[in-house]
Amino acid sequence: MNAQMLSLNQLKQIALHREAFIYYIFFFVLFFFAIVLHDTAFLTLSNFMNIVKQTAPLTIMAVGLTFALAVGHIDLSIGSVVALSALVGALLLQHTGIPLAVLGALLVGVTVGLINGLLIERLQVSSLLITLGTMGIITGIARQITNLESVPIINQDFTFFFGSGKVLGLPILLLWTLIIGGCAYIILKKLAAGRHLLAVGGNPVAARAMGIKVTRIRLYALIASSTAAALAGLLYAGRLHGARYTLGEADLLTVIAAVAIGGTSLFGGRACIVGAILGTWLMGIINNGLILSGFSTNEQMIARGVILVIAVAIGVKEIRNG
Amino acid sequence: MVRSALDQVALELNSIKKSFGGVHALQDVTFTINKGEVVGLLGDNGAGKSTLVKCISGVYAPDSGEIRVNGKAVYISSPEDARAAGIETVFQDLAMIPEFNIVQNLFLNREIKHKNPILRWLGWLDTKAMTKRARKSLNRLNTRIPCYNEQIHNLSGGQRQAIAIARAVNWGADIVIMDEPTAALGVEQSAQVNDLIKVISSQGVAVLLISHNMQHVVETCDRAVVLYQGRSVADVAVADVTKEDLVGLITGAKKIAA
Repeated sequence: MNAQMLSLNQLKQIALHREAFIYYIFFFVLFFFAIVLHDTAFLTLSNFMNIVKQTAPLTIMAVGLTFALAVGHIDLSIGSVVALSALVGALLLQHTGIPLAVLGALLVGVTVGLINGLLIERLQVSSLLITLGTMGIITGIARQITNLESVPIINQDFTFFFGSGKVLGLPILLLWTLIIGGCAYIILKKLAAGRHLLAVGGNPVAARAMGIKVTRIRLYALIASSTAAALAGLLYAGRLHGARYTLGEADLLTVIAAVAIGGTSLFGGRACIVGAILGTWLMGIINNGLILSGFSTNEQMIARGVILVIAVAIGVKEIRNG
Repeated sequence: MVRSALDQVALELNSIKKSFGGVHALQDVTFTINKGEVVGLLGDNGAGKSTLVKCISGVYAPDSGEIRVNGKAVYISSPEDARAAGIETVFQDLAMIPEFNIVQNLFLNREIKHKNPILRWLGWLDTKAMTKRARKSLNRLNTRIPCYNEQIHNLSGGQRQAIAIARAVNWGADIVIMDEPTAALGVEQSAQVNDLIKVISSQGVAVLLISHNMQHVVETCDRAVVLYQGRSVADVAVADVTKEDLVGLITGAKKIAA
């Protein structure tokens, strides 16, 4: 009887929904730069493909971080995992083939996630402090294993699959983004597993009362987060034909800002994968636009910080309003 | 003693004991609840009410004593055991996920999966089927909900409590334990919850109601069991006693053979 009313209601809900915010700001920024930079190469397909390729590791990290945030954790160690996994992958490639190198690099992620998760659950300390600590440890290990030297990758197949390759005319880095993003979207929106992740983040006491294994799910979320970061490390190594301890160093702020502006709650219970991906692309567009406008790296950093503060301010305001 | 129409015992507790270190929280609790009966569990703070509820709902395992459900002895050591035995608990703190909508909360951890076996194996959710069942079960409880997509935190306390009760009954519970279901509610919403309790008991569900509110107990319960210092000291038909009698039993001023 009220099919029309319902759809109207739904439209209103969607329009006012927190998750829709990223669409508005995304297209606003796009429009803004398109006008300001109309006499440059900003509004070209190749420029956007470049942005997508450059931000591919970041989108993968953002997707992973969304899982950690969904259960109410933060993962600060992802930037350091990028460096370590890239280095481990590159070093293994000097001795073995691609499968073992990739496996080794991803294992770095799984291990770090497991350690993070176990420490948080056993010690009952906030994830912020634990992952801050493991971030320091992993950064130290990454600097140590190669004595600050970079490791080149000459394996053409590896750089094809994780960097410069094209499949069906699409850059392989875009495909990685879409595949990982698509899987994460399905898990969070369509599968029982995603429902339970969000339940744990929304109200852990209630989730436990309903028989959900809260500890285990938090552990899985942290493993997903750092394994995604490990994959991001491989994508960096593939694109740059080598690994270096500085990889991922400056990404943490960008990724957190991107995920937050994309509609994922920094306090658990609400996650938006499409928002996380659009968020990182937004950060890429802003960077790109600022470079084309002649701003310096320092000024880009300030812009990232401002965006994070705005995103958090919106999120907190919404929580207060109930 | 007044018995309900269905004279079949749903839940039977036999000398349940539970200690924490040197503290004997439950020393000897014995009573029964029949099908379709609403039994009030009364007692002062520290009398052992919450400990008993936690023993029945699987949060604690009792040290000794026997719990029988529908005549069969059951061993309950986890919330899953309790649920498997047909016992559901509606918690005081309105145990809901605020960001989830009604259907998502109703089916939390008991989601209906997709019919396709591969998708089912992945844990793919069948939202349509869940919405349909949610509508059915809420209609059965005469609970009117404006929109099933509404997030829980947009509902009133009474509506949330109704959803929590519906969730318990929805899972085929024979026995529903309610811990202060109206503590956070206003007058009108409390009345709605009382009506709901009557509806589910008329459908044969045994209800154990923990409450501090004597008015609430007198209005909704058939019988009252009083705990005093970890023992069940009275088991009376509510129609036979006054509110003052109940208060006397709770404070230990008055005694009746249990």
